[in-house]
Amino acid sequence: MKLTLNIWRQAGPQAKGKFERFSMDDFHPDMSVPEMLDHLNRNIMKKGGDPIAFESDCREGICGQCGFVLNGEAHGPGKRVSTCQTHLRSFKDGEELYLEPFRAGAFPIKKDLMIDRSALDRIISEGGFVSVNTGPAAEANSILVGHQDAEDAFDAAACIGCGACIAACPNASASLFTAAKISHLALVPQGQVERHQRVLSMTQQMDLEGFGACSLIGACEAACPQGIALEHIASMNREYRKAWWQKG
Amino acid sequence: MNLNARIPEGPLREKWNRYKAEAKLINPSNRAKHKIIVVGTGLAGSSAAASLAELGFELEVFTFHDSPRRAHSVAAQGGVNAAKDYKNDGDSVWRMFHDTLKGGDFRAREANVYRLAECSASLIDQAVAQGVPFAREYGGHLSNRSFGGVQVSRTFYARGQTGQQLLLGAYQALMRQKGLKNLKLHSRHEMQELLLSEGRATGIIARNLDTGELSAHHADAVILATGGYGKIYYLSTLAMNCNASAIFRAYKQGAGFAAPSWTQFHPTSLPQMGSHQSKLTLMSESLRNDGRIWVPKQKDDQRKAADIPESERDYYLERRYPSYGNLAPRDIASRAALERIEAGYGVGPLKNAVYLDFSAALEKQGAELIAQRYGNLFEMYQKITGINAYQEAMLIAPAAHFSMGGLWVDYGLMSNLEGLFVLGEANFSDHGANRLGANSLLQACVDGYFIAPHSVMDFLARAGRVPITEERQAKAEVQIAKNAAQMEKLLAIKGQTTADEFHQELGHILYRKCGLKREKSLLLEAIEDLQKLKERFYNDLLVPGDQKGINFELEKAGRVADYLDLGILIAKDALQREESCGAHFRVEHQSGEGEAKRNDAEFQFVSVWAHQADGGAKLHKEALHFEEIKTSERSYK
Repeated sequence: MKLTLNIWRQAGPQAKGKFERFSMDDFHPDMSVPEMLDHLNRNIMKKGGDPIAFESDCREGICGQCGFVLNGEAHGPGKRVSTCQTHLRSFKDGEELYLEPFRAGAFPIKKDLMIDRSALDRIISEGGFVSVNTGPAAEANSILVGHQDAEDAFDAAACIGCGACIAACPNASASLFTAAKISHLALVPQGQVERHQRVLSMTQQMDLEGFGACSLIGACEAACPQGIALEHIASMNREYRKAWWQKG
Repeated sequence: MNLNARIPEGPLREKWNRYKAEAKLINPSNRAKHKIIVVGTGLAGSSAAASLAELGFELEVFTFHDSPRRAHSVAAQGGVNAAKDYKNDGDSVWRMFHDTLKGGDFRAREANVYRLAECSASLIDQAVAQGVPFAREYGGHLSNRSFGGVQVSRTFYARGQTGQQLLLGAYQALMRQKGLKNLKLHSRHEMQELLLSEGRATGIIARNLDTGELSAHHADAVILATGGYGKIYYLSTLAMNCNASAIFRAYKQGAGFAAPSWTQFHPTSLPQMGSHQSKLTLMSESLRNDGRIWVPKQKDDQRKAADIPESERDYYLERRYPSYGNLAPRDIASRAALERIEAGYGVGPLKNAVYLDFSAALEKQGAELIAQRYGNLFEMYQKITGINAYQEAMLIAPAAHFSMGGLWVDYGLMSNLEGLFVLGEANFSDHGANRLGANSLLQACVDGYFIAPHSVMDFLARAGRVPITEERQAKAEVQIAKNAAQMEKLLAIKGQTTADEFHQELGHILYRKCGLKREKSLLLEAIEDLQKLKERFYNDLLVPGDQKGINFELEKAGRVADYLDLGILIAKDALQREESCGAHFRVEHQSGEGEAKRNDAEFQFVSVWAHQADGGAKLHKEALHFEEIKTSERSYK
């Protein structure tokens, strides 16, 4: 299968980037996008060139490591898939593709398609947890969680931290990422004690990192490989108002 | 090599409590004066680092990922075992201990396995306290399912993403400690070498993967929690970057490598579809709760699965192992699949797969219930293959998966090198020659949350601190220069074959000659092939760029260089073990019915390899003693 690839090349965070064009006709339709890049890189290297820098690890859509903007869409055209679960069979033979890194002010480009997403870790550090040390926790079944609450909490907790929601958002807002963790912990009894402090601290860190504000466009939900729902942002806003009111 | 396992005296049931009671403590106000390095942030590394930071020790944590949450524990699907007996189906710590020891074909340490079962219930309590969203019954209680090799339901799960949810629990605990400034986290840093002072592990050399800079980090103890090396087979269920380099470089510095050849082949992976593939995707073993595995009775049957009538299907696991059926342990299920495929009954375009069929379960329980249990697995299957498993039987095949082998450790998880602790899949300790499903998440967590905090503190209390002297720093500088020179050597070859291409060839040799089935003549061939491949590697490797800045190819080349040496060690280990046990199946040692034939009289030991100055390896043995149970022929019929 033949594809023409326009790939973003950028030597470093401060360097000026540009698209570089590659054309190859021996791709296999069952290759995933990272496998396509492996194949291309092999070709580049054998001709003495510098391979394209990109990150990809589990190649089954769960580690959150990979992710590019493919033809203008974060993780490409498929619904509820990450870049590594996008196969070339989703494109036409002879098609032209554009690959860019996830772009956001808070995600500096390291090289080519690689970005720095440590801002997301710092948001989690500000309260995305239950403050429990290792030790004698209570018997697990002494904390009852309704079946549906557990399912809903799981839906929010399924976030893989890839950053597609931010890349898809015109404001580069990290609201869906942050809301997913706030929702997960607000839905289970274990998260109640720190509920108010959590939403205040995490949203504050989100702003400090330079992510934009949410205007409920919903592009994040559409791009999310785990299908995390926009309604979590509404819950986060509700949580925030309650916490802010109580704080006085 | 000193292989004293230091198992506490006393009855099996009291050993762990006794260990904890006798362990030395360090006063809370003195703990911060002791520094511990943790390499790896999967379940074992994150949980150990968080727990030790909570206790007040000074911690430096390293991961080669951009975030600790990417570690491959994240990809474990099916669940985590615990002897809670919530199902009232006769489970107990004893039964879980026995199942695990038997599942490992009596090639694990009795005391370690008992402790794993003993600590399992607390792990569920801990994870629930962290807010891990395990599946719940309608009354709000925790739900369980069954896994291979057992007859009870003791597996806790969070849909098909249990590893992810447990890892996020540990990751969040780690990030909490980071936020509290109780630990220092170095992401995108890869361990290059272990630093030793008079035989004691006292630090590491790390490479900043963004800048290429090498730096020395000194500590009073080092914990390696760097995962498994199944990726050595190239096509495996592991993530692309999983590697053996941290543990292999420790091995080269004197740490014993135990049972390197014990690699598990997972029976329900997606089959290989062509030569372009970079990895194989696992489908959770939990699917075997409701899916039935079969092949057509007729060779080369061209009909679609749904068109083949019941009477012409061979449910070979149910036929051969009626009491465990589709839930036979992984080694047995994988070999049975291979037997059918090699006999010419394989299905799929390359005839290299078997069917995993849900039609009966869908008819009986309805699509809604099946979707609730396995929805995201069916979805994943469709994403990868484009096939809807609600309508068509899945195609599955065995694939390299878990390393039961790893660095040798004593009861406290310390290697034969003082001060070097090895946790999770990186060590060899609990699974014997075959791991039961849903025991790997458990072992990683138990090692990190419950064992390391006690044993590392005990070690530090006894051994004390190691002052950072000028001599130590100078030695580290020499190591840094040596390491840079090694990388320079790889860069200078300027050949025509990439690291990935060598890795592919390495995997191909191992699959064919040291895979699911092993035999002497092929193992000897494998060693020869690998030696030739190694020679070619050092003559024809192509690594672009230099040591400065981001260079993924240089990282890969270093890992493949270690894999080539480890491959030879694996074949040697498989060659010396003239018996079949668990995942290690020697064709020469089987029963008339094709089952594994153990040889307890000669091989009731764990092989431990010591690196020699000339590059060779010397075999040592840790004899296994079973005091409370009698070893038996492992039957699942």
